[in-house]
Amino acid sequence: MPKAEAKSQGGGQSKAQKEEPIHARELAKKQREISIAEFFEKNRHLLGFDNPRKALLTTIKEAVDNALDACEEARIIPEVTVELIQLGETRFRIIIEDNGPGIVKQQIPKIFAKLLYGSKFHKLSQSRGQQGIGISAAVLYAQLTTGKPALITSKTDAKNKAAQMKLKISTSTNEPEIIEETQVDWPEKEHGTKIEIELEGTYQKGRQSVDEYLKETAIVNPHVTIIYVSPEAQQTIFPRAINELPALVKEIQPHPYGIELGILIKMLENTSSRILQSFLTDNFSRVSPAVAKEICENSAVLPNTKPDDITREIAERLIEGIKKTKIIAPPTDCISPIGEEQLEKGLRKGITAEFYCAATRPAAVYRGNPFVIEVAIAYGGELPKDETVRVLRFANRVPLLYQSGACAVSESINDVAWKSYGLEQSRSSPPVGPCVIIVHISSVWVPFTSESKEAIAHYPEIIKEIKLGLQECGRLLGIYVRKKSRIHEQMARANMFEKFLPELAESLASLAKDNKEKILKALQKMLVKPEIKQEILSGGEEDKLYKMELNDKDEENEENEKLK
Amino acid sequence: MKKQDPSKRLEELGKKLVQDINKGKNPAIEFSLRSLSNVIFDEKSKTLTLGDKTQQRFFFNVSHAKKFLQTLEIAKVSKILLDVSKHASLRDVFYMAKRTIPNSDINIVDDQSESDKALEDLELITDCSREQLNINANKMGSVAGNVVIEDSGDLINWSKLGSGGWSIPSNVENIEFKSVKAKYVIYMEKQAVWERLHEDKFWEKQNCIIVTSQGQTTRGIRRLLQRLTEEHSLPIYVLADFDPWGFYIYSVLKYGSINLAHMSGTMTLQNARFLGVAADDVANYDLKKHFIKFKDVDMTRLKQIAEYDWFKKNKAWQRQFKMMKDFGAKLEIQSLSSKGITFISEKYLPEKIKRGEFLD
Repeated sequence: MPKAEAKSQGGGQSKAQKEEPIHARELAKKQREISIAEFFEKNRHLLGFDNPRKALLTTIKEAVDNALDACEEARIIPEVTVELIQLGETRFRIIIEDNGPGIVKQQIPKIFAKLLYGSKFHKLSQSRGQQGIGISAAVLYAQLTTGKPALITSKTDAKNKAAQMKLKISTSTNEPEIIEETQVDWPEKEHGTKIEIELEGTYQKGRQSVDEYLKETAIVNPHVTIIYVSPEAQQTIFPRAINELPALVKEIQPHPYGIELGILIKMLENTSSRILQSFLTDNFSRVSPAVAKEICENSAVLPNTKPDDITREIAERLIEGIKKTKIIAPPTDCISPIGEEQLEKGLRKGITAEFYCAATRPAAVYRGNPFVIEVAIAYGGELPKDETVRVLRFANRVPLLYQSGACAVSESINDVAWKSYGLEQSRSSPPVGPCVIIVHISSVWVPFTSESKEAIAHYPEIIKEIKLGLQECGRLLGIYVRKKSRIHEQMARANMFEKFLPELAESLASLAKDNKEKILKALQKMLVKPEIKQEILSGGEEDKLYKMELNDKDEENEENEKLK
Repeated sequence: MKKQDPSKRLEELGKKLVQDINKGKNPAIEFSLRSLSNVIFDEKSKTLTLGDKTQQRFFFNVSHAKKFLQTLEIAKVSKILLDVSKHASLRDVFYMAKRTIPNSDINIVDDQSESDKALEDLELITDCSREQLNINANKMGSVAGNVVIEDSGDLINWSKLGSGGWSIPSNVENIEFKSVKAKYVIYMEKQAVWERLHEDKFWEKQNCIIVTSQGQTTRGIRRLLQRLTEEHSLPIYVLADFDPWGFYIYSVLKYGSINLAHMSGTMTLQNARFLGVAADDVANYDLKKHFIKFKDVDMTRLKQIAEYDWFKKNKAWQRQFKMMKDFGAKLEIQSLSSKGITFISEKYLPEKIKRGEFLD
């Protein structure tokens, strides 16, 4: 450390003489591989295991997400059972069971007991899970807090028995440890997977609870049936509202606009393409040979350069070259939004209100990633009138329960002028009224602000789309609210007259020395006359009234003439 | 105003409406329109009167219903008062009418201005004055002078009532003048000025009657002044501040007000004259140093008053308005006190009356 030496010489001599430089050999003794357990312990907040309450929710969330992804990939209409058993004050057993395709025996250990193992990280398609951390992190958390292995049961064929394994994760090597392996009968299931985990956690009700997560999941997954048994042994069934699976999504290759230097270098290292041009056309979407040539030209790199020869420097030039090249937006058939009708059905099932509407925006693109925003609104009924509206955020059909403040959805909602849509709002704050707002983003890659996938990042393209969606629903809401208040006024007016009648009858009876009941009856008879009804409902258009008066005069004259 | 039997008029109103209802007709009350567009200055009688325009008030009409109900409610209250021969104040009437309609959050009247307005309408509808309907305003004025009256069987001598004088009731129809020894009446805007003159025994020295109210002249006082001038041919002098509002007090006394145009017959004082403070007093009595600068509202009001039909062709008055406008300032009566505390009673008023310095 020559620099440090020079510095200490300049500073205080006596100190420098005492402190000998440390040899690299000594330093090397302290350098060792960080165990996966240690890493997890230090970074558990990044993965959603900050506290016992959240740990319980995250575990269930990861297991349910995996179950739904597996079912949909296998084109099976999902039915998921979630059972929560309280063993001690802070100890729970979680049992999650699906009717998915099952997992072949060889894959079970890696999927459940190896971190960062999965099929989804390197492909771009819309799915709930993205990184392959979730469920194995839950298994590790359980193991660290209770010492117990996870029990996995999986069946792939009606004819065969189910495979059952007790799994742990080796905290030093991040490899699965199979504690026990058997074959069991599972007659009630043709195929499916069941995971049982015992962990430390706390169970609470409320906005960020397991109950809420499952309820919201049912809303944005109207094709799913969820059966939930709470720690109080209460069974809740969220039945499916539609019998169709979401459209099958296509996998797409990354769009050049979304690529980062590190990933590009890694892709160049792993490619089997012989030259740069074919590397570009083979690995990216919307890159034809002509576009590839243009990229090379803009980067000042020859199209026949071998991928192995591309240095970091050239790769950086490539990134710049891509930026200069006009490339059409990525295909959007890789996204399967819920759909307006289906989302509205799900919302009707989950939230009791008077008015519902939903909007699915056309696909848009941020940083080369296609995405679709969907918005739905439920209004009125039993929803509380004086509270800020409830916002339910979803990404790829998964509820986001934490960090709403940091989310692009909250910013977008505060930015919309809700007053013109019939809600109350002070400037740049959330609207107030009997209303639930749902915002759903579907994308091949949802940009979260952190690994725990709780808040959507603030890309201007995304915020713009969310606002457009909110405005689309807002307009429908505004029409409804105005109509409702009109009807309300009409009712109030009709009601007002009904209340006035006895008062008038009493005054008249006292003035004319007449019978109050008789006058009241005559007045009540008038109240149902069509002209008077019309007058009350229309709210005081004088013309009509004068007309009525004239008609009456005519009738009177006719009567008088007859009498003569 | 014709002498009517108020109780009978109210009964007729009720019967007419019940008839409407029995015929299945939207019950309606018709009466003179009480708005500026229907107020006419009658050159002959020199008073403000109501024109021919009428308005109809329907019960089954969203914008009329509540007023209709209020009018009938006040009619009922009045009928009850007449039936038992009791009088009530405007405030009493408000409380007699104020209640919440059962099973609703609607009050028949929310504040006194509503019941007062309903009563004014009822006056038009029945052609009976408020007093005839047994409803009185608050007492708000004082009078002193060499006059003896009889009121409800009591003999009252206005010269022997101490420092407060006689307080004028809201209904003066039933008092009887036993003896009136005075040459004229001075009505003044300010209670404080009245107290000054009373203390100086001005009415005794000058052989006159001094009357005041607080601010705008109440109906009782206007009617009292009218009876004094009609029954005893006394001229009335008005003493007010030198500002547009003082002019307006005079205008209301002499010609009637827009709001009560229907009562002009019993209210206006043809021979009222404006004694002061006038524009010429500024120079005559060196009052310039007591000027209070005009605010925008003062100037606006002055322009409005100058435009009134009854002032428009009056050159003397237009001269006053012009001078005030040029001053861009106003004066209070009390500024005369700067000349000495008894200046107003010993010098200013006697001089002005003697010289006949007044505006008509």
